[in-house]
Amino acid sequence: MISTMNAPKIRFKKWLGKEGSAYAFLSMYALMFIVFIVVPVLVAFFLSFTFFDTIRVPKFNGLRNYIVLLTQDDVFMKYVLPNTIKFSVIVGPGGYLLSFVLAWVLAQLPRVSRTILALILYSPSMTTGVAMSVVWLTFFSGDQNGYLNSLLMNMSIIREPIQWLQSPQYLMTIMIIVTLWSSMGVGFLAMLAGILEINPELYEAGSLDGISNRIQEIIYITIPSMKPQMLFGAVMAIVSTFQAGAIGVTLSGSNPTPQYAGQLIVNHIEDFGFLRYEMGYAAAVSVVLLLMVLLFTRLANKLFGSEG
Amino acid sequence: MKAAIKQSFLRRYTGFRNSRINPKGFHVSQIKFYIVLFPLIVFMVLPIIFIFSHAFKPPDELFAYPPRFFVVNPTFKNFTDLFSKMSTSGIPVSRYLFNSILITAVTVLASIIVSTTAAYALSKKRFGLKKALFAINTVALMFVPIAVTIPRFLIIEKVNLMDTFLVHILPGLAMPVGLFLIKQFIDGIPDEVIEAAQIDGASDLMIYWRIILPMIKPAIATIAILTFQATWNNADISTMYINSENLKTFAFYLSTLTSTTGGANTVAGQGMAAAASLIMFLPNLIIFVLLQSQVMSTMSHSGLK
Repeated sequence: MISTMNAPKIRFKKWLGKEGSAYAFLSMYALMFIVFIVVPVLVAFFLSFTFFDTIRVPKFNGLRNYIVLLTQDDVFMKYVLPNTIKFSVIVGPGGYLLSFVLAWVLAQLPRVSRTILALILYSPSMTTGVAMSVVWLTFFSGDQNGYLNSLLMNMSIIREPIQWLQSPQYLMTIMIIVTLWSSMGVGFLAMLAGILEINPELYEAGSLDGISNRIQEIIYITIPSMKPQMLFGAVMAIVSTFQAGAIGVTLSGSNPTPQYAGQLIVNHIEDFGFLRYEMGYAAAVSVVLLLMVLLFTRLANKLFGSEG
Repeated sequence: MKAAIKQSFLRRYTGFRNSRINPKGFHVSQIKFYIVLFPLIVFMVLPIIFIFSHAFKPPDELFAYPPRFFVVNPTFKNFTDLFSKMSTSGIPVSRYLFNSILITAVTVLASIIVSTTAAYALSKKRFGLKKALFAINTVALMFVPIAVTIPRFLIIEKVNLMDTFLVHILPGLAMPVGLFLIKQFIDGIPDEVIEAAQIDGASDLMIYWRIILPMIKPAIATIAILTFQATWNNADISTMYINSENLKTFAFYLSTLTSTTGGANTVAGQGMAAAASLIMFLPNLIIFVLLQSQVMSTMSHSGLK
């Protein structure tokens, strides 16, 4: 009788002895992970079905936020969504392709010059945020003292200084250039390491099998042998593209950006969340953003995943 | 001897040995790569050079017309200005810098401990949820923190972290990329090493401390860099979660400089912003240069299957 009473206890003790230490090792990370990643995502999901102005208790309103987002939010449909798609299609795959090409070219160089050049390419990604804005704000400054204005006026291409960062027709292009400039980050380093790891014998075997030029080599040997790094690089590219969303507000100095020209989905969230205090609606936009990231990552998985 | 020289000459300047990936030395066939890289390298490096050059410009060069890229009469005036000034709220700039250094140091250290312990368990321990937990972390690689700014804000308010020192540190500790990279790296350590230690009676903590940590130094260096960059450059936490001026960071102070100079355009402000951005950038660069070979050896384990 006693032994059956204690059976669960004994089993628990046995389990604790076997697996307890593993969970102990995991506990600190798990706690931070749950508090700062899992719970925020769940809360965003929950709030997206409510009306919440931060003062009163969230009021459930079903799919209302999503319906409004899709049918009544003119700014979202007319500016934010097209801008986000344009920005992420150019910066995401564009930056990714650029990282791969640069990593491949660097791999063709000897160690010392490769290391120096890789450092130069990587260094802009370290300046993300504030230090970067000093440089670019000075360069694109709207008066005649701005570097670009002064350069173009010297060359007599323009007569009057242009308000680069306040002009709807230029802002998006500048955002894309600045983001591409700083996009050679962790993914780029991973792909460079991946290319360098490939067994040279594969190339020799390839040339015996009739691979005659470098393009064929890249398609049939390099990329297939570094698929895992390609996928890691792709995930990093997608995440940093969406994470870079604040750039338009940093450059133009205002949210919303001039005539919504640089308004991305991230700015839209902040606009509704922190400027209008419509947290429920902002949460719905967040959920849409997370779904977009998920969708793009799925796509990358199809291209480079080992199961695909 | 002569033949050897001739051989190496041939190798270098003809297509005799078509050097491919990771060549040992210079070869004429590499010139085309340098030519392709040149314009891009210039585009990438000019803004970096600008950060250096701008920081040492005296006021008349900062506002010279036409603007000059390189500094002519370098001066430390911007730096002395920066450190002699008080911010508008009466906090000396050195206080922000001290906060940043302390916060970054603590976060990097904590992040190393939190990620390596978890990675050790995920890589080498056997337990029921192992596969599931690693899969969850892999999904979290695509987590975009900026998307959940609002719920995070609400949670930080609920757990009373508002306006505390800890709010600078804790959110940065859950770093799925860091855990992922370290776990992949530990996977490279053969199980036999750990089994041998277990037979000798080593406890889990001993194995972690004496065997795992010394063997994964490159991965530790990598996560140190990633955490450093994320923390050191972070101005958002000070903006959103901190009210007391004496708990804010240097990155935050720089962001106030650039926003006020954008409107008011004060002469001293521009120079100070330039000096401050160099101070922001330089530690990133130094740390990466020191640790870059470790980072590269970690990255070769970065594959996502």
